[in-house]
Amino acid sequence: MHTQLVYSRFNRFWHWMQSVLIIFLALTGFEIHGSISFFGFEQAVTFHNTAAYIFLILIALAIFWHFTTGEWRQYLPTRQHLRAQIEYYITGIFRNAPHPTRKTALSKLNPLQRLVYLALKIMVIPIMVVSGLLYMFYRYPQSNGIESLNIEGLRVIGILHTAGAFFLISFIIAHLYLITTGHSPTSNLKAMITGYEVLESEKE
Amino acid sequence: MKRIIIPLIALSIFALYFISTITKKDSEQTPVAELKERYSKKERPSVDHSKFTQLQKKFNRPQEVTAACIACHNERHTEVMRSSHWNWEREEYIEGRGIRYVGKKNILNNFCIGINTNEQSCNKCHIGYGWGDKNFNFADSNNVDCLACHDNSDTYVKKSSGAGMPDPSVNLTFVAQRVGRPTKSNCGTCHFFGGGGNNVKHGDLEKSLFDTHRAVDVHMAGDGGNLDCVDCHKTEKHQMLGKVYSLSSMNRNRSTCEQCHTGTPHANNVINEHSLKVACQTCHIPVYAKVNATKMQWDWSTAGKMENGLPYETKDSAGNIIYASIKGTFRWETNVQPEYIWFNGTASHYLTGDTVSADEPIKMNTLYGSYDDPDAKIIPVKIHRAKQPYDPVNKLLIQPKTFSAKEGDGGFWKDFNWQTSIKLGMEYVGLPYSGQYVFARTEMYWPVNHMVSPKAKTVACKECHTRENSRVGSLKDFYMPGRDYSAAVEFLGTGAIIASLFGVAVHAFVRIVSKKKNIK
Repeated sequence: MHTQLVYSRFNRFWHWMQSVLIIFLALTGFEIHGSISFFGFEQAVTFHNTAAYIFLILIALAIFWHFTTGEWRQYLPTRQHLRAQIEYYITGIFRNAPHPTRKTALSKLNPLQRLVYLALKIMVIPIMVVSGLLYMFYRYPQSNGIESLNIEGLRVIGILHTAGAFFLISFIIAHLYLITTGHSPTSNLKAMITGYEVLESEKE
Repeated sequence: MKRIIIPLIALSIFALYFISTITKKDSEQTPVAELKERYSKKERPSVDHSKFTQLQKKFNRPQEVTAACIACHNERHTEVMRSSHWNWEREEYIEGRGIRYVGKKNILNNFCIGINTNEQSCNKCHIGYGWGDKNFNFADSNNVDCLACHDNSDTYVKKSSGAGMPDPSVNLTFVAQRVGRPTKSNCGTCHFFGGGGNNVKHGDLEKSLFDTHRAVDVHMAGDGGNLDCVDCHKTEKHQMLGKVYSLSSMNRNRSTCEQCHTGTPHANNVINEHSLKVACQTCHIPVYAKVNATKMQWDWSTAGKMENGLPYETKDSAGNIIYASIKGTFRWETNVQPEYIWFNGTASHYLTGDTVSADEPIKMNTLYGSYDDPDAKIIPVKIHRAKQPYDPVNKLLIQPKTFSAKEGDGGFWKDFNWQTSIKLGMEYVGLPYSGQYVFARTEMYWPVNHMVSPKAKTVACKECHTRENSRVGSLKDFYMPGRDYSAAVEFLGTGAIIASLFGVAVHAFVRIVSKKKNIK
């Protein structure tokens, strides 16, 4: 066992900023959607749009970080131990069985995490960003006469954006629970705050 | 860690600030303040008509006044005689019908129905003298009534049922010496009282506007813009800007908010974007008929009842006539929330002689537009609903003769006999009458453009962007955030959240139980 830096400074900043933004966007977004009342509709729209711009900046920084550090490789999907990981969550965890994969700084994510996070990165977030941008700007092309960018209406965009939001909330619920399945219930949380985590050494 | 987070947050905030500055227009004075300044300077007349010797004589007939006007303004009458105020018709292109001449002269409405055979009474509001029947000479310039619009003495009144002649009590010399730019009272005398009483027709144009305050109408209020009608309905060579779609059909010559306020007057760009699909009036006129009631329904079928053999009237507590033997039953409302429709600026009309089914309410005018139409915006309308005489055999809406100077002439208002009144009316307009009449349901659409409220009373986002009782709930041809949703996505999404919570709870429970077991 040894203590090691797993989450770099930017990694943690990105993670927490993203979590705050997603929760805030969900709160304001579902107010716009008519599901809840909190800030008031007009404020909710203003806040949602502002948060969206901050999120875009964050995404740009994160993309840069992923490629310059090579961290993107963390998300390459693998079938190795995938079944074992699923079995661990279904049965092993109750029998106090060991984690089927070993967490290292170079391979932070288990095969299931790789799959889910990759789906978030290449599907859900892009869908939210694209539908969100169209939501914000779809009228401008029409008013500026760029015919090829004309959109009939918000129906598809709005429904897609809402579906993505539901998915992200479900993800956050599952995520908040699953982080308690580390070595101790709080070890993952501590690691994401401090950056350091106690990892199994290679020769064990 | 802090070393990088703080600069990054600062950078984000700076970036946001930068984005906000490039989209926001900065100006030292707000556009509305500029408008207020411009319109606070009232025009001063350049001449004093009382000093003209031509007007210092006794006028016996109103036509003599007109002749005196024309003697100096020697081409103005030709402008007037080309206007719809004079002709009571315009050349209009109507979709699917081609070019038609449409106006009060020949169109039916669902109030007093139509002017034909009733000119003596209706044409009190014509800017001419003596249009008492269809033989009126529209080419005689001496019949132009300059005073109706240009009297600044507030003493000029037209005679009731006098075919547009002035009341005998009017001192023509006094009025002729006090002419000038039209004021609210000139326009309001007719436009506030159309349909036989105050605020019967429009709902947003009525006598309280002669002297009003900002809560009722920010533009016309003495403590607001203090504007006259002609400040917005700008007039060039006697051709007024603006018209209402009860009679007109084409998207031209309109008087619009944007002409003063521009298309993007809000500081908030999200609100400016609305203007692509939402007319200014939709948000800025939350209710109409703010002071006095407007007529919402008119049922001609109950007309003709007598009390002790005499016609009578019944009034409600506010003094509105709710039953009149001559006209039937009415429903009045104050502070009415408009209905909303898509409108692209073009309209069609029921034209006298059109055969039409009465199974559904007959639309006296149809305002075109839909979400998909790039020219259409959501506008507020008053819809006046009525039951009026209809020939079920010929499938024609009926022009009855309502007015008679005396009993026995066949006018319904004196003789209360539909058969004679319809026969005379239809004969006059050259249409057949089968001898049978029923009362058909009709609807007439009146765009609401006046009684703009102060900013604080503007329709709030939530009044439309809401699932229940949205103001625009009847416009279902588009997706609107806050109002619309996909039931499937809503069901699956809520289900996914509940399933996640449930799954997590069960998993956690089993984990806790099994952990205890493992420890044992």
